[in-house]
Amino acid sequence: MRSSAGSAQTMHDKIWNSHRIVSRDDGQDLLFIDRHFIHDITAPAFEILRERGLKPRAPHRIFGTADHYVPTHSRDMAAVNHPERRTMIEALTRDAAESGIQIFGLGDPRQGIVHVIGPEQGLSLPGMTIVCADSHTSTHGALGALAFGIGATEVGHVLATQSLWQRKPRSMRISIDGTLGAGVTAKDIILTIIATIGVAGATGHVIEYAGSAIRGLSMEGRLTVCNMSIEAGGRAGMIAPDDTTFAYLKDRPYAPKGEDWERAVAGWRELASDLDAVFDREITIDAASIAPMVTWGTTPEDATPITGVVPDPDAIADPGRREGMARALAYMGLVPGTALEEVPIDRVFIGSCTNGRIEDLRSAAAVVKGRKVAGRIEAWVVPGSQQIKAQAEAEGLDRIFKAAGFDWRFAGCSMCLAANGDTVAPGQRCASTSNRNFVGRQGPRARTHLMSPAMAAAAAVTGHLTDVRRLMEGA
Amino acid sequence: MDRLDRIEAVALPIAEANCDTDQILPAQYLQKPRADNFGNYLFAAFRFREDGSEIPDFILNRPAYRPARIVVASHNFGCGSSREHAVWALYDYGIRVAIAPSFGDIFQTNCLKNGLLPVVLPTDVVAALLQDLEATPGATISVDLPGQIVVLPDGSSHGFAVDAFAKDCLVNGIDELDYTLARASEIDRFERDHSPA
Ligand code: SF4
Repeated sequence: MRSSAGSAQTMHDKIWNSHRIVSRDDGQDLLFIDRHFIHDITAPAFEILRERGLKPRAPHRIFGTADHYVPTHSRDMAAVNHPERRTMIEALTRDAAESGIQIFGLGDPRQGIVHVIGPEQGLSLPGMTIVCADSHTSTHGALGALAFGIGATEVGHVLATQSLWQRKPRSMRISIDGTLGAGVTAKDIILTIIATIGVAGATGHVIEYAGSAIRGLSMEGRLTVCNMSIEAGGRAGMIAPDDTTFAYLKDRPYAPKGEDWERAVAGWRELASDLDAVFDREITIDAASIAPMVTWGTTPEDATPITGVVPDPDAIADPGRREGMARALAYMGLVPGTALEEVPIDRVFIGSCTNGRIEDLRSAAAVVKGRKVAGRIEAWVVPGSQQIKAQAEAEGLDRIFKAAGFDWRFAGCSMCLAANGDTVAPGQRCASTSNRNFVGRQGPRARTHLMSPAMAAAAAVTGHLTDVRRLMEGA
Repeated sequence: MDRLDRIEAVALPIAEANCDTDQILPAQYLQKPRADNFGNYLFAAFRFREDGSEIPDFILNRPAYRPARIVVASHNFGCGSSREHAVWALYDYGIRVAIAPSFGDIFQTNCLKNGLLPVVLPTDVVAALLQDLEATPGATISVDLPGQIVVLPDGSSHGFAVDAFAKDCLVNGIDELDYTLARASEIDRFERDHSPA
């Protein structure tokens, strides 16, 4: 491996080294875990503990929220009429109460999607190791943390020992330099990255996002980019903490206060990769080359600028890729050569841990303002947290959406995973700001096109996939 | 979890690349208790119609592949969601070995913690193997974990890598949690010295 003691270190090296408890002969390290998030699918891990008569070792390091199974049309448990879903939410409440773990349950004003509320509450901080039984835990790396998703058995291990055996992933730096064009957002950056390196492009790696375009992003934008690291196969994604990070975190409920804050910030400033640190892989993308993106297929790498056409499998030399593409297009009901802007849609979903934050809602509202949802399209806004919902209402964004004909819902994962019953109907086509366009992700036979909130808003008001820049010119 | 050392069994070919854990175990079954047989939900969206009847064309429903205890997949098998339920679905169905040119990171870890051995073989070997398994339904593969060797239907044998500790856990049914709990004092000491978080 690259870094011997005393030599230049990446941010990944620094966080890893400062959390290593012991090393094992096979090269795995036991890492101390600072923060553990749980949600309403964590119940199997608590079962593992219960079976063995164990209790969580450090309940004060664990925080939970109900997000996957909560209804988004009501805050009433009575609205959860599916017994198994109800059981999942109740299991979280019971497991947390038994162990003295703080949760933000249904009805709590701080409730929301786990990857939205961690940063929002100041629970996810620079330099931390953060885990959760959820692959999009990579989101929290935007604050300068090492954050990654784990399975239920590993969650049981963390609950019982506050530590986890890991083999250190390799490091990869993706630099985006230059200035983003009008209408181009963090979502377009990450979709471009995934289209460039592929859905397995970062397997076995922790990605550090760098470059002037990344540094220029707001905290919300950085969270969007790191969120989809897993969609490139990455173990985690991270961005060096800077003044943008500190301004975002200051005065958050669980962030350090007073002198503790000053001391913490001084430490966080040391986290950035050393200037001469060496990465196992380096990728560079010119920000100016990035256009508003949409996906046309069934993996996030099937993404292309909105100005393009549905690709033709026959033009692909590799037989595996050709067949895969043909299968994806058949599922998506798309004909090669069709201009993407001509593809009509049935549903719009603005929300998820990728794009359910206040800035996302603002950018969508800016497009929607003074316009109407087209035809019979069913368009939803599902804020990422109840705090974001309240903030948006204070800014009047809810009125803009409602006046246009959008449904304004309560916070939760909702149609991103369709686990709570919010589904896209079979055969329907959805413009979605979430992170996965997998077969059946938004419901059986649902067709998902991933895009930014502004692009989803544009699709809502025109009725088809649309280059949002057209609407901006007309504004 | 059951111990695993040697196994010879029918192999099920999954030719599509990037087969994600949403496909292996759809989200609608995440709410089931672990005591359930998740094998009943393996590849559910492809295996069953909405009325619950089988889709005969789907590979798992073809008689020769039903006794499969080994899966052979294309690259990036198990990418996507961290749901361990995907591994439980394979395991409960009876699958003990997954062979692919590459795996999703979290899935690979989840496999090892649940008695399911992930075996990485070269891309060209797996591509040829997938074709063989499709041409000869019901063909078997044998896997020798202690020896770290697989023997394919064409008689060729291939070594594979596995972490020594993970191998020990699989072969002897050892639980990593017990191993770590025995080192609690080291974790205690670390936590005392570690700056507050
Ligand atoms: S919003 Fe979607 S991706 Fe994010 S945690 Fe919820 S289900 Fe997972």
